[in-house]
Amino acid sequence: MSSATTILVALLLPVLAAASCQIFGRLGHPNLRDVATPLIGACTFAAVWRLGGEVLADGRPELVLFEVLPGVELAFQVEPLGLVYGLVASGLWIVTSIYAVGYMRGHHEHNQTRFFTFFALSIFAALGIAFARNLFTLFLFYEALTLLTFPLVTHHGTDEARRAGRVYLGILLFTSISFLLFAILFTWRLTGTIEFTPGGILGAETSSGMVTVLLLLYAFGAGKAALMPFHRWLPNAMVAPTPVSALLHAVAVVKAGVFAILKVVVYVFGLDLLAGSDASLALMTIASFTMLMAAVIAIRQDNLKARLAYSTISQLAYIVLGAAMATATGVLAGGLQIAMHAAGKITLFFCAGAILVATHKKKVSELDGLGRTMPWTFAAFFLASLSIIGIPPLGGSWAKWYLMVGALETGFAWQAALLGVLMVSSLLAVFYLMPVVVRGFFATSPTAGPSGSAGGDRKPIAEAPFLCVAPLVLTALLSLALFFVAGDLASLLSF
Amino acid sequence: MIEKILVLEVVLPLLAAPVCVLVRHPRLCRLFSLGVVAVCFAIAVAVLLEVRGGGVISYQLGGWPPPLGIEYRVSTVNAYLLALVTAMALVVMSFDSRGGPPRVPEQRRHLYYAVFLLCISGLLGITITGDAFNIFVFLEISSLSSYILVSLGGHRRAVMSAFYYLVMGTIGGVFFMLGVGLLYQVTGTLNLRDIAARLEPSLDDRGTVLALALLVVGISIKLAVFPLHHWLPNAYSFAPPKVSAFLAATATKVSFYLLAMVLFTIFGAPFVFEELRLQAVLLPLSILAMFLASGAAIFQADLRRLLAYSSVAQIGYMTLGLSTANATGLAGGLVHLFNHAVMKGGLFLVVACLLYRVGSVHIDALAGIGRRMPFTSAALVIGGLSLIGVPGTVGFVSKWYLVSGVLERGWTAAAVLILLSSLLALVYVGKVVEAVYFRKPAETQPIDHVREAPLGMLAPAWVLAVAAVFFGLTTNWTYGVAREAAELLLAGGI
Amino acid sequence: MTSAQWFSGLWAYWLIIALMMVGLYIVIARDNLIKKVMGLNIFQAAAILFYVTMAKVTGGTAPIVPHDPAHPGGHGEHGILYSNPLPHVLMLTAIVVGVATTALALALAVRIHGDYGTAEEDEAVIYDREHT
Repeated sequence: MSSATTILVALLLPVLAAASCQIFGRLGHPNLRDVATPLIGACTFAAVWRLGGEVLADGRPELVLFEVLPGVELAFQVEPLGLVYGLVASGLWIVTSIYAVGYMRGHHEHNQTRFFTFFALSIFAALGIAFARNLFTLFLFYEALTLLTFPLVTHHGTDEARRAGRVYLGILLFTSISFLLFAILFTWRLTGTIEFTPGGILGAETSSGMVTVLLLLYAFGAGKAALMPFHRWLPNAMVAPTPVSALLHAVAVVKAGVFAILKVVVYVFGLDLLAGSDASLALMTIASFTMLMAAVIAIRQDNLKARLAYSTISQLAYIVLGAAMATATGVLAGGLQIAMHAAGKITLFFCAGAILVATHKKKVSELDGLGRTMPWTFAAFFLASLSIIGIPPLGGSWAKWYLMVGALETGFAWQAALLGVLMVSSLLAVFYLMPVVVRGFFATSPTAGPSGSAGGDRKPIAEAPFLCVAPLVLTALLSLALFFVAGDLASLLSF
Repeated sequence: MIEKILVLEVVLPLLAAPVCVLVRHPRLCRLFSLGVVAVCFAIAVAVLLEVRGGGVISYQLGGWPPPLGIEYRVSTVNAYLLALVTAMALVVMSFDSRGGPPRVPEQRRHLYYAVFLLCISGLLGITITGDAFNIFVFLEISSLSSYILVSLGGHRRAVMSAFYYLVMGTIGGVFFMLGVGLLYQVTGTLNLRDIAARLEPSLDDRGTVLALALLVVGISIKLAVFPLHHWLPNAYSFAPPKVSAFLAATATKVSFYLLAMVLFTIFGAPFVFEELRLQAVLLPLSILAMFLASGAAIFQADLRRLLAYSSVAQIGYMTLGLSTANATGLAGGLVHLFNHAVMKGGLFLVVACLLYRVGSVHIDALAGIGRRMPFTSAALVIGGLSLIGVPGTVGFVSKWYLVSGVLERGWTAAAVLILLSSLLALVYVGKVVEAVYFRKPAETQPIDHVREAPLGMLAPAWVLAVAAVFFGLTTNWTYGVAREAAELLLAGGI
Repeated sequence: MTSAQWFSGLWAYWLIIALMMVGLYIVIARDNLIKKVMGLNIFQAAAILFYVTMAKVTGGTAPIVPHDPAHPGGHGEHGILYSNPLPHVLMLTAIVVGVATTALALALAVRIHGDYGTAEEDEAVIYDREHT
């Protein structure tokens, strides 16, 4: 199989999964449907993995479909950043599709076929973003991802879900059309090309003011990166079923935003143009602000999923910060954080979902003592939290480590300030994540005491269904494992 | 050979109309007009292939050479319009409207087809002819027949809208006629190329400037340029849905061609855009149209009115492309002719499907219809996405070139405004899609009896929906031709 | 050109413009549909007059070429000044268009009268508001 075919296969397999969902769903075979998705997911992952082998050998597999506009092709190319994002999205899709079966059935959700169909299509769009060879292809799949996830956000069809869906579409399309598309068109006007080119396409003659404006347009235009003040869609998207929050709003969708920023910094601006520039400084400021602000807000959230959402906003800012540094180390840190945060945050969402399925509880303040009845879930939550905070030996620590190294390398007078921001942010992460674990294991449950029988005939709380718990244990272990394979990832991402 | 066939483009539908009157058999008439339109489409495609790359086909009516005789003259610009009009006519004609407009009883339906054919003939005539007064005649043929078509809508307000349309249209027509008269006075000829060659426009020449003013205002009324658009929302929302689809996809497009031809071919871009600086008026009006008409669309409760207001806004995009007066922007405007015809035509056909099954296209009545009519609703979504300009649809292609053209001109603010205005489209499309898919049907209006539209209706609507995606991904044919036409126009040719 | 000449030399145009404005005013200001149609007619007639005055050559006669045995084809110099025939011919078409427009407008007015029970625009608007 040639590499071009492999790319095509990797892209089309999720579409096949969507088709099989529709077919099996309509024929009334939900079991077949739910088996097919993880199987096809595994095949997708294998295809991306295969591409990874070539990228490691310094190959750049390419697939050019056709010319859309004169000089603009629908074309794909696999390079290290895209590979990491593609591997993360397709790999975690397998786990999530297993988890989703447990969750959707355990929680008696309606419209499961539609749900799984759009889920698979979203992965298709995410892979399209990962492998895009030019800004047009990226933008095409970026918008597709927004639209394909919309039915997932409004899945419940309630007033609340519809309102959230409106905010979701409104902010994401507003930013992408008025900022991102404008930036792309402006780049096209300035340079006559929108191909991702190593070293960047914007010439050194571009004025510093123009570079700053463009970079900010790109950064805010990639609204999925949830930079403040365009972050509101993410907490709103939490009305979706938890598997959606887990894979899409902790991994595929939000990473599409930061991935786009990384890609643009490396392949449109070029690190040389940005390093030490006003543009870089401006973006670092915005990223630092978002990082701290979101963390502070996260502490105040009682709804577990909302807390995790703000935590995601904060953690995404790490990646933007890495990109904004515009150094090899910064980009490396950003790339690593894409993978590390994905593994950690998906686990946390899985846990939130498992708690919801098992106990119907959504709030942090209700979790007292649950750790003893749901040990696996809370243990996984603990591990993943450590990874997000950045404590060795968990994967997240490497991303933080390289980010700090990058901050020292920037050479700005205020590198101390950057270091401070990173440390404070980690500290805040302790404050918003650890209470969950502490309450779960150490607080006494109000229902566990003598008055616990007040629940009457309600069945006792136990672990969530096996199909929910197994994936979250798996991803928690993955966070751990990533600590030890980070070297390979780092060598892949060295620019 | 091909120039002899060219004349059939106008003559065929013109002659077919009285034939329909004589045949008096509704179904036979329908098949017959469908056949005529198909032949016209085939001719248009043949002509387009012939003239691409700078060719010109000229036919002298009755063998009288210009300037005495009337010349039919086709280059890429008109051939593009011919293909567009005939293609849309073909798709709309093939739409099975199950008994046609409600106001026309079975035994009179042949007259409906006759009027339809007259309208097509008029539109094709405007496009094809190279004689200024001949344009006026065809303009009135197409306008008169479209007043009739609009008045056939089921609601009593359809007749009122048609009357209003007639008054506005006639005023526009007379303005156009006066403009042509003044041009004749200045140049002594009616042949467009001769006028263009003899006219030496200057700001001191009152006659020329007045002629330009009269022509532009007259055409703007027919094109529904903001703020002369008042007739359009009513006419489109009360006309029979098939007629709305046809008029939305063709009539305004031909008027746009006329405007471009007057500005670029007759008066020439240097005079209009450098001496007179028409863009100082056209650009603000276009932007106002984009925002105010889209804004009005948001507040419409009836899907047809919503689409009609959206049409006014989309005309704003086209005139904006015109006011850039550079190849990219003008090509953007011209390609939007085709793109908008595809999406708006498709959407109005979807409306026709919904009207047939649901009986109303009030947005509340459409709540939850997505489950009952999945294919119709999917076509609605595709058309809607195209209106917003999501990449992968035709709307994106137009926007891409319009914004590029505007940026080339250095109008950064206008570029931002174009993009912002498409967010208004997001709001009104979102409103409809949300109702169709995510709202529960009202208790008072059960939709359990609603079934998917019949194939004869779905197929044409889907042809346009598929075209909206296909031509959003491959633009060789659409943008390629539009670009060539734009360069031809800028060089002053037709 | 003095202002007096400007006015007197172009008096026909001033008349036409006045007539046109009268027509347009009626269309805009009258609510009665039939009166609107009349206004439209006056408006159109003004435009037709414009073409006719434009074609008139001072001292020119009707453009009918006299029979000349020396030139059987009928062409040639006779020292006769003709008015321009072309605009007159065009106006034949314009008149036909005008008649067709009037006929259609009247037909629509009859239809409106049948549907609304009135031919006054303002009453029809009120009727629509009350019968939605």
